Amino acid sequence: MSFEGHLFLALLEGTVTGFVLALTALGLSLVFGVMRIVNVAHGEFFMLGAVIAWYFSTMLGGFLLALVAAPLIVGGAAFLADRLVLRRIEYKPESTIVATIGLLYIIQQLVLTVYGPYARPVPAPVYFRLDFPWFGYSGYKLVVAGVSAALLVATWLVVSRTTLGLYMRATQQDREMAQAFGVSVHRVYALVFALGAGLAAIAGALVVPVQQAHYLMGLDALLMSFVVVIIGGLGSLGGTLAAAFLIGVSDGVVSVFFSPTLAKIVATLLVALVLVFRTGGLFGEEGT
Amino acid sequence: MGEVAAVTRLLETRALSKTFDGLEAVRRVDFRLETGEIRAIIGPNGAGKTTLVSMISGRISPTSGRVLFKGKDVTGLRAWDRVALGIVYTFQVTSIFKNLTVYENVALAAQRRLMTGALSRLTRPQRTLAEHVQAALAQVGLPDAGDRHAGSLPYGHQKLLEVAMALALKPELLILDEPTQGLAPEEIAALSRLIRALSRGVTMLLIEHNMAVVLELATKVTVMDKGDILAEGTPSEVEAHPDVQKVYLGL
Amino acid sequence: MRRTRARAVWALHLAIILLLLGLQFVVPPFHQVMLARIMALAVYAIGYNVLLGYAGLMSLGHAMFFASGMYATGLTILYFGFGAGAAFGLGVLASAGMATALGLVTLRASGVSFLIVTMMFSQAFYLATLYFNEITMGDQGFIISGLLPPLWAGGRELAFSDPAVKYNLALVVFALCLLLSLWLTRSPIGRVLVAVRENEERTRLLGYNPLSYKLLALIVSGSIAGASGSIYTLMFSYVGSSFASILYSIYPLLWTLLGGTGTTLGPLLGTALMTYVVDIASGLTSSYLLLVGATLLILIMWFPAGVMGGIRARWVRWLP
Ligand SMILES: Nc1ncnc2c1ncn2[C@@H]1O[C@H](COP(=O)(O)OP(=O)(O)O)[C@@H](O)[C@H]1O
Ligand SMILES: [Mg+2]
Repeated sequence: MSFEGHLFLALLEGTVTGFVLALTALGLSLVFGVMRIVNVAHGEFFMLGAVIAWYFSTMLGGFLLALVAAPLIVGGAAFLADRLVLRRIEYKPESTIVATIGLLYIIQQLVLTVYGPYARPVPAPVYFRLDFPWFGYSGYKLVVAGVSAALLVATWLVVSRTTLGLYMRATQQDREMAQAFGVSVHRVYALVFALGAGLAAIAGALVVPVQQAHYLMGLDALLMSFVVVIIGGLGSLGGTLAAAFLIGVSDGVVSVFFSPTLAKIVATLLVALVLVFRTGGLFGEEGT
Repeated sequence: MGEVAAVTRLLETRALSKTFDGLEAVRRVDFRLETGEIRAIIGPNGAGKTTLVSMISGRISPTSGRVLFKGKDVTGLRAWDRVALGIVYTFQVTSIFKNLTVYENVALAAQRRLMTGALSRLTRPQRTLAEHVQAALAQVGLPDAGDRHAGSLPYGHQKLLEVAMALALKPELLILDEPTQGLAPEEIAALSRLIRALSRGVTMLLIEHNMAVVLELATKVTVMDKGDILAEGTPSEVEAHPDVQKVYLGL
Repeated sequence: MRRTRARAVWALHLAIILLLLGLQFVVPPFHQVMLARIMALAVYAIGYNVLLGYAGLMSLGHAMFFASGMYATGLTILYFGFGAGAAFGLGVLASAGMATALGLVTLRASGVSFLIVTMMFSQAFYLATLYFNEITMGDQGFIISGLLPPLWAGGRELAFSDPAVKYNLALVVFALCLLLSLWLTRSPIGRVLVAVRENEERTRLLGYNPLSYKLLALIVSGSIAGASGSIYTLMFSYVGSSFASILYSIYPLLWTLLGGTGTTLGPLLGTALMTYVVDIASGLTSSYLLLVGATLLILIMWFPAGVMGGIRARWVRWLP
């Protein structure tokens, strides 16, 4: 294949990756922004979505049902985790990280027990190929991009147009003030945590036909989402989107021409440095 | 004349300013302090007193202007280096180690003076340290509080503990930010006696709202309002100053 | 009074070291190997605790230091035929260097940012061990057994394959690091570290530069972690990139939390408990990491002070 072919493929792959990444990272970003906590188990919600999609596709009535069920089930689980765990430790930043590491292993290992150590694919619900001058491309990947885009818009509408969104923004800006105005901050937290998990889950479900479902697939999703959130800025929808495409496309391009591992090393180091040298740290309130 | 001034001048600020998000908390202040003074700074809340002394102690850095200590420009020095020079600050809102014992609080200050070489950083000169701590606690009238948790002390005693920590640092210039706030009358009297006794060896810079204390202790008074120095003079001069009466005493 | 307490503290720690010295003669071989492993890994937790328990900095990147010690020791033996002593020294030096470099960059961040940043640097290190797999042999790793010339002591040959040699090597490193951590935390430096943890601004105004104390704590912490990785390599003769993975950053956090953050004996206790529990569980199921997760969750929700912290709060106030 020619250079242009490679480049075009890389850009295409990068765009699709960018959409999925944006969806996953948006969940993390909302939780970051509104609740001011780092959810280390976010990648496991992504993985759970994928595994649930496999179960639905093979035994419980099909892939399309999975796209509805995965976010609902995972969101429900996250809602419970918020009530039972996070609220108990009062969302203290460092305790929350330890607690969500605990959740990470619990979820991951339960999946290992129930689902097993396999990487299992799901047939794509739609079959068509797009023919480009250099190669044919799976139509389903474009469907993934389209659905992700629709969900991104929907989330944006929820945040900017609904009462829940208003409460979320109020809580994000000033928790005490929101509480004083009668916003039930606890309920907002639980819903945001569930919403964030649900977004990760549906992203996970969407990629199963392309990527296969495996119990260890969460870590990569988590790290990439971190990268996106840190670069894109906290709780910022536009920033998350832009960063996801930047990372998706550059990851795609670099991975096609160089080693994917090298690409990850460079990205990780860069992002760590951004975080260190950006005044204000992660939450815009730390640092000297 | 310049020469004499250079010998006795302990502290000088030149056009020292601090702006917080557009708010000029301190505006081009020229402030001078001679060795051996007990200087009081008075002024209404928000006048910029804490901000001014915070820039002197290095707790915050100025937006512009300079700070000179014993004729040396210390503007670029960080807070810990200024402590080593003898500039010591006690917080307006008490800042102590609430989870540690009173002894540990003062020991942290006292060992700073004892930690001179690499070796003294690693070994604990137990006895000397204990003596220094005990002396500082006795000075402020808390000789028996050593084993108590600092956070369990009544508020007034927490203020006294802060003074003890400051004393253990062996200051040359001791800045006390509203030290009598929250103290009982007899504690205020004791603290006044202590400040007077200390002033033989230590220059005092005192932010104080209690006018009785100011009139009794201060050799000179500086009045601040809205980030500026409004007036300066002996306590009686300042008391008589018409602007001061208007702005501060509300007469 | 303070003086007698100091005696009791040192006596307690020496007694525990003597107990471990004696245990090798009474426990069955299986437990001797377990204990040797526990001591080597407890060193890792001791190092982690210096940073978390005293300086109050939570890191998720310590695997980088542990693995630096491992790789520096393992690679120099593999490629340059270093002896055990030189390879161990290099292991500690390498991790000290890593900690210095990391500290100079990351200590600008604090709290959660510090945590995330250390995790990312460590992850980059882990990926690097995979990327340079021609040298490190990546995931698969490499074995150094047979490459190490035996030690000699008192005219006797001490082979690294001998369980008694492993045990006593681990014990020596463990004892040194335990006493070092005890001494450091009770020294004037230790007092300042606690002060930085409790109230950084106050500490600054008492004449201390918090950053240099944090850096010192990180370097000591990283070096001890590296010593652990290095001695582990000498004992078990295997080096692989899994030791640099995130799980190995989480382990010392878990052990320290379980044993009791900010207690000198907590790391040993936490490591011992968890190693035995995981050993028993992994005999029963492949999902033994479930226990790791559940323990973390239970500790943070109900027992944030850990075992030694609980003992100290309830019964033995003078425990360091
Ligand atoms: N850290 C800060 N950030 C923003 N504004 C501040 C800060 N510190 C002080 N100010 C403002 O600066 C002004 C002077 O404050 P301060 O020096 O504390 O006054 P005083 O000690 O005389 O009561 C006040 O208006 C106060 O609100
Ligand atoms: Mg004030």
